Amino acid sequence: MNYWRKPLDIERIKLPRGKVYLIEERCKGCNFCIEFCPVGVLAASERFNAKGYHLPYPQNEEACTNCGLCEVICPEFAIYSLPRDGKEEEPRE
Amino acid sequence: MGRKKSPVSEGILKGEFFMSGDIACAEGALSAGCRFFAGYPITPATEIAERMAERMPQLGGVYIQMEDEIASMNAVLGASWGGLRAMTATSGPGFSLMMENLGLGIMTETPCVLVNVQRGGPSTGLPTLVGQGDMMQARWGTHGVYEIIALSPSSPQEFFDLTVRAFNLAEKYRIPVLVMADEVVGHMTERVVIPEEVPYFPRRKPNFPPGDYSSFQPGEDLIPPMANAGEGYHIHVTGLTHDERGYPVTDEITQERLVRRLVEKIRGYKKDIIILEEKGVEGAEVVVCSYGISARVGLWAVELARREGIKAGMLRLLTVWPFPQERIREVASKVKAFVVPEINYGQIALEVERSTGGRAEVIPISHMGGGLYEPEDILKAIRKAAR
Amino acid sequence: MSQVEKPTVVPLEHPRESLLREERLPHIWCSGCGIGTALNCFIGALERSGLPLDKVAIVSGIGCTGRAAGYIKLDSFHTTHGRAIPFATGLRLANPELKVVIFSGDGDLIAIGGNHFIHAARRNIDMTVICVNNFNYGMTGGQAGPTTPAMAKTATSPYGNSEHPFNLPYLAAASGAVYVARWTTLHVRRLERALTEALLKEGFSFVEVISPCPTYFDRMNRLGEGLDMMKFYRESSEIAHGLDPRKADIDLGGKIIVGKFIDIEKPTYLDFQQEIQARMEGEPS
Ligand SMILES: Cc1ncc(C[n+]2csc(CCOP(=O)(O)OP(=O)(O)O)c2C)c(N)n1
Ligand code: SF4
Ligand code: SF4
Ligand code: SF4
Ligand SMILES: [Mg+2]
Repeated sequence: MNYWRKPLDIERIKLPRGKVYLIEERCKGCNFCIEFCPVGVLAASERFNAKGYHLPYPQNEEACTNCGLCEVICPEFAIYSLPRDGKEEEPRE
Repeated sequence: MGRKKSPVSEGILKGEFFMSGDIACAEGALSAGCRFFAGYPITPATEIAERMAERMPQLGGVYIQMEDEIASMNAVLGASWGGLRAMTATSGPGFSLMMENLGLGIMTETPCVLVNVQRGGPSTGLPTLVGQGDMMQARWGTHGVYEIIALSPSSPQEFFDLTVRAFNLAEKYRIPVLVMADEVVGHMTERVVIPEEVPYFPRRKPNFPPGDYSSFQPGEDLIPPMANAGEGYHIHVTGLTHDERGYPVTDEITQERLVRRLVEKIRGYKKDIIILEEKGVEGAEVVVCSYGISARVGLWAVELARREGIKAGMLRLLTVWPFPQERIREVASKVKAFVVPEINYGQIALEVERSTGGRAEVIPISHMGGGLYEPEDILKAIRKAAR
Repeated sequence: MSQVEKPTVVPLEHPRESLLREERLPHIWCSGCGIGTALNCFIGALERSGLPLDKVAIVSGIGCTGRAAGYIKLDSFHTTHGRAIPFATGLRLANPELKVVIFSGDGDLIAIGGNHFIHAARRNIDMTVICVNNFNYGMTGGQAGPTTPAMAKTATSPYGNSEHPFNLPYLAAASGAVYVARWTTLHVRRLERALTEALLKEGFSFVEVISPCPTYFDRMNRLGEGLDMMKFYRESSEIAHGLDPRKADIDLGGKIIVGKFIDIEKPTYLDFQQEIQARMEGEPS
């Protein structure tokens, strides 16, 4: 489709962008989120939590589509995604 | 039914009737506000279920025949949390099947009523004939440490009255209450007077809004209020040892706190819970102590003894559990002996013996079931004890 | 520490939190266990269903799966082993406003509670039964159960299981369930949808959730970790909506047929009760 002028929010409509959040102390390092993220956002990190589980991290956060799959597949309620609009203030970090 | 036109369609019965103990039990439950019955047919308690199947739909209540007695007991617990007064009725084999979930009811403090119309056992035993062999099972049948309430009627009228009482005690103390009848009382037909109104102890409801509520936070009286499912409190109820929020905490300290309270909430109110009927106990030399149908034969024997000039008295247990050990001990210091007739090989006799602390002799009169004593059997023991 | 490995952690609130007793998390389930994923999908389904949540009650039996009731912030009952269904039956009939959901394990619902399961389905009592099938008794250490495949190794079948397993969709359908589906913990989207449908279905609805038990069943059968099981589901599951559930047997290491098998209409227990009430009111006494 050709636009004579690019709508401001076209990126968001076409490809919602997301940001993933991890509640570290809940993660048990099962790697489900890493394996099944459809766009390979997540990877295993060297870091581990107090219980000794290796935590995932977003190695490729730009690619996150906020599809929420990691959120539902995580058995621990440890990871979730929220929409991120590049122009907006990021949630407190 | 004694009346030509029974007021069944108007709902609750009122007035004078001739009815069997089992029917009186069902009507007692209905008068007490019971609106859920789950059961499984078994002689000699089936008439209760059949009566409930007929009457519940007339009163907008629920009757359901479950696949077994395990299911029946659980359905009753569920119904109680659903907000209805609920009961089941059974006999020996079914009573055995209910034991595990009687424990769930005790642990989760679920008000409900379980009726056992006792027959001869063990096992299938004597399906149609009388027994009183489940009295200790009533006390100790589910595993663990606990107190229980068990009532025992000696007539259809009392089967009615004690069923009403069972519902009220269940709500008042948040515990399953047992009505331990027997085949003879269940099947005998006698006059039963149903009053205009029966006592009603309503459910203890939390008087604060959902957010603040800890499901198992007791008041000073040791008994927690009870929110039902669907009231917005988001209660959690578990048979595991739990804290005041109802959450499982399986350690020694929580166990001590919870189980001690479950026991004390009954022990501390024995005065309110226990009812005894005494006839000629003051000044007696020999006291017959009994319950259910055996107490009726016992009373006859006491009268025969008194005609012979023997100072005999009768102490009838309408509440069997918790056991009235304080009263027995008191009486024991004034009498020579207790005679304890029951249709088993000495169950309550053991409790009487324990309670006397050696102050009086205890003479059990045992019968293996299937019939009753002759009053003479008891009379002989009274004579011997009085000598 | 590299830049990308800095914690992304912002403990805002997990979107499922409003329906979780979050003070009880982390839960007791092992790493890689599928029960948490099944619960996650179920909570999603509860939200999607639009049911008034104060009128939803969760009932569990005993087992690892049975602990689910303790994590859901709704009226929740953790009963005895095998008895969730009759307890829920009482709850449902006592208060017809309630939607009752049973969330429990294969041993709990189908072995010790098997009789209750078939009878509740036969009566078409209005309830949703969710069975997490991990092919063994997880809580007690991985013994054989009613769904353990033939020849599978467990703590009580160390040389292989000499019994045939139940095919749960077939059992549920034959017993009278009006909605029957099976998914695995990999199929999170489809599972969530099936659970939503089941919640909204009138009558006895049943959803089987095939789930890893990495600590016992999967280890004893050398199937790997939870993640390996999830990959196995990806490779070996076959979607077959509307299939005759008779054909949905599961063999050890064989393909897993998933899908919605049954979705029919039939009067429920309460429908009959209402009809009886209406007749009674219509009749002169
Ligand atoms: C009457 C009774 N028998 C046995 C047990 C012990 N027990 C607890 S859980 C369980 C098996 C649970 O298996 P399942 O339902 O498959 O749940 P899972 O742990 O696999 O999720 C058993 C046998 C019990 N609690 N009660
Ligand atoms: S929301 Fe989707 S894309 Fe983003 S990390 Fe999670 S699974 Fe990957
Ligand atoms: S799925 Fe959850 S528990 Fe597993 S690694 Fe990812 S965040 Fe951790
Ligand atoms: S033992 Fe098995 S079923 Fe139980 S929590 Fe661990 S992995 Fe899950
Ligand atoms: Mg299991």
